[in-house]
Amino acid sequence: MSVVKKSPWILHYDGTSCNGCDIEVLACLTPLYDVERFGIINTGNPKHADILLITGSVNEQNIPVVKQLYEQMPDPKAVVAVGICATSGGIFAECYNVVGGVGKVIPVDVYVPGCAARPESIIDGVVKALDILEEKRKKR
Amino acid sequence: MTDIIKQKQGDECMGAITGLILFPLAAALGILLVKNDEVRNMIVRVGAAGTAVLTLVVVGLYFKSGIALSFRLEKAIEAVMAIAETAIAVYVISIGIKYKKYVISVLSFVQASAMLCFEFTVKHNIEVKHAMIFDKLTAIMVLVIGLVGSLICIYAVGYMKTYHIHHKEYKERKNFFFAVLFLFLSAMFGIVLSNDLTWMYFCWELTTLCSFLLIGYTRTKEARNNSFRALLINLGGGVAFAAGIIFIGIYYKTLELSVVTSMKPEAAMMIPVFFLSLAALTKSAQLPFSSWLLGAMVAPTPSSALLHSATMVKAGVYLIIRLAPLLGATPVGKTVTFVGGITFLACSLMAISQSDAKKILAYSTLANLGLIVICASIGTQESLWAAILLIIFHAVSKSLLFISVGSIEHQIGNRDVENMDVLLGISKKLALYMMIGIAGMFLAPFGMLISKWVAMKAFIDSNNVIIVIILAYGSAATLFYWTKWMGKLVSRANMNQQSESKFHLDEEIPITILAGMVVVSCFTFPLVSKYALIPYLTEVFGRTALIPIGTNDIKLMLCMLSMLILLPISFIPIYKNDKRRKVPVYMAGENTGDNETFYGAMNEKRKMELSNWYMVDYFGPKRLTLWSDVIAAAILVSGVIMMIGGMA
Amino acid sequence: MNILILIGIAMLAPVAGGLLTGIDRIISARLQGRQGPPLLQPFYDVLKLCQKESIEVNSMHRFFVYISLAFVVFTTVILLSGGDILLAIFALTLGSVFFVLGGYASNSPYNTIGSERELLQIMAYEPMVLLTCVGLYYAENSFFVKDIVAAQTPSIVYLPGVFFGLIFILTFKLRKSPFDLSMSHHGHQEIVKGITTEYSGKDLAVIEVTHWYEVIIALALVYVFFATAAPMSHVFAVIVCLLVYLLEIIIDNGAARVKWQQALKSAWIVTGIMGTVNLIILSFFK
Repeated sequence: MSVVKKSPWILHYDGTSCNGCDIEVLACLTPLYDVERFGIINTGNPKHADILLITGSVNEQNIPVVKQLYEQMPDPKAVVAVGICATSGGIFAECYNVVGGVGKVIPVDVYVPGCAARPESIIDGVVKALDILEEKRKKR
Repeated sequence: MTDIIKQKQGDECMGAITGLILFPLAAALGILLVKNDEVRNMIVRVGAAGTAVLTLVVVGLYFKSGIALSFRLEKAIEAVMAIAETAIAVYVISIGIKYKKYVISVLSFVQASAMLCFEFTVKHNIEVKHAMIFDKLTAIMVLVIGLVGSLICIYAVGYMKTYHIHHKEYKERKNFFFAVLFLFLSAMFGIVLSNDLTWMYFCWELTTLCSFLLIGYTRTKEARNNSFRALLINLGGGVAFAAGIIFIGIYYKTLELSVVTSMKPEAAMMIPVFFLSLAALTKSAQLPFSSWLLGAMVAPTPSSALLHSATMVKAGVYLIIRLAPLLGATPVGKTVTFVGGITFLACSLMAISQSDAKKILAYSTLANLGLIVICASIGTQESLWAAILLIIFHAVSKSLLFISVGSIEHQIGNRDVENMDVLLGISKKLALYMMIGIAGMFLAPFGMLISKWVAMKAFIDSNNVIIVIILAYGSAATLFYWTKWMGKLVSRANMNQQSESKFHLDEEIPITILAGMVVVSCFTFPLVSKYALIPYLTEVFGRTALIPIGTNDIKLMLCMLSMLILLPISFIPIYKNDKRRKVPVYMAGENTGDNETFYGAMNEKRKMELSNWYMVDYFGPKRLTLWSDVIAAAILVSGVIMMIGGMA
Repeated sequence: MNILILIGIAMLAPVAGGLLTGIDRIISARLQGRQGPPLLQPFYDVLKLCQKESIEVNSMHRFFVYISLAFVVFTTVILLSGGDILLAIFALTLGSVFFVLGGYASNSPYNTIGSERELLQIMAYEPMVLLTCVGLYYAENSFFVKDIVAAQTPSIVYLPGVFFGLIFILTFKLRKSPFDLSMSHHGHQEIVKGITTEYSGKDLAVIEVTHWYEVIIALALVYVFFATAAPMSHVFAVIVCLLVYLLEIIIDNGAARVKWQQALKSAWIVTGIMGTVNLIILSFFK
């Protein structure tokens, strides 16, 4: 029995998001979708988290922040890029202040498409991340 | 037959006790006369070591069977005392006039003339069988004064060197300082050894004088004002003491403390007991007489450690412990208990709002003295057990804390607790000893906690419900201010700061020894209880005393103490082989990397500043001092009314 | 007492504490209209934390939580084996102080704020806990739990006020709203994770397990008010403990966190009134 699959704690970080995907992430915690049944807790603290959910893209200001948060997470960890902005910059990809998707700064494990991504897709993405986490744990 | 033997023994062996009192005096004289710094420092060290050795000799000789002494040269000794008293009175009166503190002059005049009158008239007709008594309680007090006192004197050597380097504006009068310290030690020995109340009174006033001289050492305006305040309040207590003695002498025709305490607490006896208690309360700086102790913190740290925490203020509670059979549930006893109670509560709360280390220690001293006063005045076997243990543990821990704070002040340049988070980087040893000292003040399984535990049981057993509740609140406040100080000591801010001055061996050795004593005393308190406290209490109460804590509990506490020592030691190999990945502190991702600064708005580097809570609006002295003084004064007034009513 | 029994207590108490925590989360979820995690979720959490990489902020701060755990285990064993209740409380205070010092030791802003708040919480509930021990001694003439639970009448008869005060401050000890200022299980992001911010992996697992022991200790304090020499009373006492725990869960979900001023004031006022009145009335009977 893999314990890390039964108790994944997430850290939710908002890059340059318009907050659409953020609201969908938070919707997952509400009684309608209730991800706590999978043991998921939204911690605000990288040191407690297993999965980093990032919405929005990166820009010059938040690149060091994202790096620091990723660094402060203990292994095994997985990154889920939620929404198309986190994947590639989305509709804002050509803007002067947007560098691009999260993958430009940290290694991403799961991409969840959508604008805004639907809660069902987000939960699906997190579940896929659980398998990846288990793989990483075995390798340690 | 037994009397002759005891008397003979007294003649032969009283040399040791006389030596104990006279040796520090001789050292004081030597220090005063020698000009050379290094030679004088050696005299101080030898004097301190000699005092300690003499203490151990005296206790070793007389601990088992005790001794009661009468002196052949009593008349001569008393003549010397009378001359010294007059000289001191003249000095104080003239100083009072010179600095326009006329109340002081008046008090001193009243006190001296009353006592001298009494001494030359009534006293001649009173027979004093034993001028000095050495029992188990005396042994404990002598040990505390001799050992802790001598360690502080040695500490003072190193401290005063740096003190005058840092404070070039104060005139160097180190020979005067050390001489007064040793004179004080003599006087303290005199107080605890005396059975004749006039002798005790003389030494009592000597300690007042020493305190006055030491507080005013730096001769600044602030020091002078504080020293006069101390003198005023202590002189007031001295007048009360004199009144008590005169009453006892005239009415009961005795001058011996042992005779007084074996009498019944009838209504007439309450008057001198009240006066004596009043003297004790001023000496131990209970509310509303506390302001002098708080002001005395301007003095150099050795005097704060020696006089104003470990020994002189203990003289007051010592007197109350001696008077315990006459206090208890009597009106005076209840008054004293509640004065101690309000002091304990108010000062524990006010200590939370302070950030000056010496002020925190001063408030804590006041609170703990309040606790000892409560225990002593309740007067049951258990509470006296707690009171005496509190004296021992408090003297050791508090002196350790004071001298550590003194050294820390020299190392980091100030004595604000907020700045002590750099201490781990500067001096690991000092940080560790401070933590031992603080833990010794309130944590299980250290001594103060054991005493508080027994005190709690004693209060409930004697149905003092209000006092128990005061103890509960005071303990909670105590925990708060000590733990947040400890927190500052364990945080590792800015590990690169350098120390500002040398940490002398003269400072380090007493601190280390005292830290060791704190730990050892926690292990050995069952022995102290068995061989000193229980016999003393059995003697005072006339029936076998029982140790208030069960053997099972004692075993568990020793277990806790061992865990407390072994667990950190066992972590050392783990700590040394630490291969964990180090990550920065969480600052919302904006940590600049050094764990001290973060990126603020506009990407500007800003320093993180962490400080403790002081809750000044709730617990500040501005709010609490007035109320607590008023309540304490009201308690005293109601005590007087009840006492007068009891006589009607 | 038999060493095996003591070890048994030390091993089983956290299991019971963990199950209670699991029940807590399920009931909270149902109160919020959700399904909630499985019952054994706290155990999964702790096991997962043990499998995480060990990271640290500096080399010293994590030892404090281990020492804290040691003393909390010590407390639980003393309490549940019938020992001296006052000694147990002092050991618990020692453990709590070490937990607070651990927060300071990492020199982190969130940890430090959490430590200050935790200290405030301790200062708020400490008088009531001491008065509970004193009240039990006053009523039953013994500090030992085995004597208190062997009495003829349950202690609640003598100490209803003290019991009410105890229930009030139990919210502090169980770290529930409205008094969960230092580290909240639910409002994760007021001061991030408060006093537990800089811990991770095994150290965080140790903190979780410590809290399971603390739940058992808190409920043990409730238990001694109702247990008597009659065997049925023990069952009744356990039921009361569970009801009190349910009450705390409901209060937790119903109340918002208060500021520290209200927390301290309310705790001290309730302690003062309830404790004083109860003990004074008792003193008239003594």
